[in-house]
Amino acid sequence: MKLKGTQILFKALEEEKVDIIFGYPGGAVLDIYDQLYKSDMKHILVRHEQGAVHAADGYARATGKVGVCLVTSGPGATNTVTGIATANMDSIPLVVFTGQVPTGLIGNDAFQECDITGITRPCTKHNFLVRSIDDLAPTIKEAFNIARSGRPGPVLVDLPKNVMVAETEYNPANIKIRNYEVAYKPAPKKMANVFEMLNSAKRPLIMTGGGVILGKASALLTQLARKYQIPVTGTLMGLGSFPGTDPLWLGMLGMHGTYYANMAISHCDLLLAVGVRFDDRVTGTIETFAANAKIVHIDIDPSSINKNVVVDLPIIGDTKATLSDLIKFLAEHNYAQNPAQRQEWLGQIAEWKEKVPLTYCQNGKEIKPQNVIETLYKLTKGDAIITTEVGQNQMWTAQFFPFDHPNTFISSGGLGTMGFGLPAAIGVKCAFPDKQVVDIAGDGSIQMNIQELATAAQYKINVKIVLLNNGYLGMVRQWQELFYEKRYSHTDMTYAPDFVKLAEAYGVVGLRATKPEEVETVLRQGLSLDRPVLMDFRVSREECVYPMVHPGDSISNMSLGSREMIN
Amino acid sequence: MEKKEHIISILVHNKPDVLARIAGILGGKGYNIESLCVNATTQYEISKIVMTTLGSQETVTRIENQLQRLVDVITVDDLTNVESIHRELILVRLNLTADKKEQIKKAVDTNKWKVIVSADAYIILEITGDQSQIDFALAHLAPLGIADITRTGIIALNLEN
Repeated sequence: MKLKGTQILFKALEEEKVDIIFGYPGGAVLDIYDQLYKSDMKHILVRHEQGAVHAADGYARATGKVGVCLVTSGPGATNTVTGIATANMDSIPLVVFTGQVPTGLIGNDAFQECDITGITRPCTKHNFLVRSIDDLAPTIKEAFNIARSGRPGPVLVDLPKNVMVAETEYNPANIKIRNYEVAYKPAPKKMANVFEMLNSAKRPLIMTGGGVILGKASALLTQLARKYQIPVTGTLMGLGSFPGTDPLWLGMLGMHGTYYANMAISHCDLLLAVGVRFDDRVTGTIETFAANAKIVHIDIDPSSINKNVVVDLPIIGDTKATLSDLIKFLAEHNYAQNPAQRQEWLGQIAEWKEKVPLTYCQNGKEIKPQNVIETLYKLTKGDAIITTEVGQNQMWTAQFFPFDHPNTFISSGGLGTMGFGLPAAIGVKCAFPDKQVVDIAGDGSIQMNIQELATAAQYKINVKIVLLNNGYLGMVRQWQELFYEKRYSHTDMTYAPDFVKLAEAYGVVGLRATKPEEVETVLRQGLSLDRPVLMDFRVSREECVYPMVHPGDSISNMSLGSREMIN
Repeated sequence: MEKKEHIISILVHNKPDVLARIAGILGGKGYNIESLCVNATTQYEISKIVMTTLGSQETVTRIENQLQRLVDVITVDDLTNVESIHRELILVRLNLTADKKEQIKKAVDTNKWKVIVSADAYIILEITGDQSQIDFALAHLAPLGIADITRTGIIALNLEN
């Protein structure tokens, strides 16, 4: 059957079981949008292309499926770059379709032309410029395959206008794509090595990361930890991969990690690091990171091994397959922890937990941002998918909202993209319309993609925004307070819109709390409404995130904030 | 960590931007490509890239891993650690000026350099060899007055599979 490029695109998307596209039309994609008009594909019209990518990203993080965007050439394409880089840093599977000028004009500085494959080469897993109609269907199939296989990532497909109106035979059954298989199977002898290391360890610790969620290995990791009573800490991206309410959970480690997680890292004698890449925000000074431990590093990507931290036993493998093999091996060889030793280790951790719990001071006068998050947790009973922006709002969420399930904490970890949370929440809510989806935001970040309130209102995508409004770029201000003698250079954001009125102007419900006693009422009301809601919490302006490891310092050396925090 | 020259042989899919991807990985991570040779293999759709880079073993392993992540890269081999032969080729034009003419002819004869173009005013030589042979030739060519020169990067082949 002969089909036009635009028809092939939608047929191919059906083949890939794509049920939603986030996009924004323009000149170079008029033909595609014309075909979309005739098709059943669900499309969410965002208000800025960056929002389209973050929405597709949120959708992908919450579902584990590939997120899809469609934008026009030139500025439409360049506007996706931040979103693509965000997904790339966190290994999120996306396929981004960009329009392109006709092939004959490429390189001529045509209207709305840009070399988007050149621009995105370093921040995609792979990208394609489709030069001929016969390449279209195989390229789309390959793009989805690359995005979701191995270590996932974003793939961009650039579609010149003339290619999309050309015709060719389309027969999905005949499409052959290059074999791109990165299925690493862990070597069996490595399991024996882990067994030996566990056997001689007195203070083992598991460190779980985003790779456990991406690899759908959370259940196995939980099984391993619980069966052998191994305490677990996690990176920001690992939150939800082990139940946050389990007694074995130590919370996040690193720069704003818990005291006890960082102490456990510094005192453990065996660290099982699963699906992590040892980011500098996690390790602090490399020399002192887990200095007393042998380190086992399980990751699917060989380039993550020995990149930042040199490890004793690297295991290149899919997290699920590796953990499954490991659990089997330990059971078959009757591994059992020494109960007295394990009790001593868990006892030590319990002591640290008691000595410096995660806490904050309430003065009864100001709303404390941590209290807003705790109350949100209490009201939702944790049954919500939370997105965040970047900065203090993100760190407080990581600290004060325990995540029991994978794919429920959606945050830009690697790139740290402000403006991520709202469009990501829209994407999540599209995938899970019956779930409570909440964006925990700051007043700086929310303004970076505030235009997406219109998207939420138009499609009745009932996301809730919990705005921790301190009138500052809070995290940068915190650094200025601590390291730049309170010279608050351009971090005061007091000049801001009235967020309640702004929300209302967009057709979103706006609520406000200015006193601690209003927090619960506003949250209750906001969460109960079947509308998108922005809740403006005027929080304590100069609250800092603690604990804090000073940049370049060892993670066992933490500032704990005011003294009252220490029991 | 001791830095030394590593010869990396890469098989890639012969796509328009594959070289840009490889150069991008190295440049983006701050590694310099010292020399580079690229051509299609006996199969047109597969190319071989031989490049040299300076670095410690640790750095080079990191480069190999980064390259291996690229979708268009099929294999990456560090030929420095296996038995392999290396060759470079130079093309040199020497102007046959009155004062150098005799000296040049003598040097060509003594060194058995291959003359591929011989004109009244100049000659062009083709010299192949491993790096030390090429360096040796260049040292002897310099006093003769090199008018122009082109040097390939290193190509290399391992002795066994």
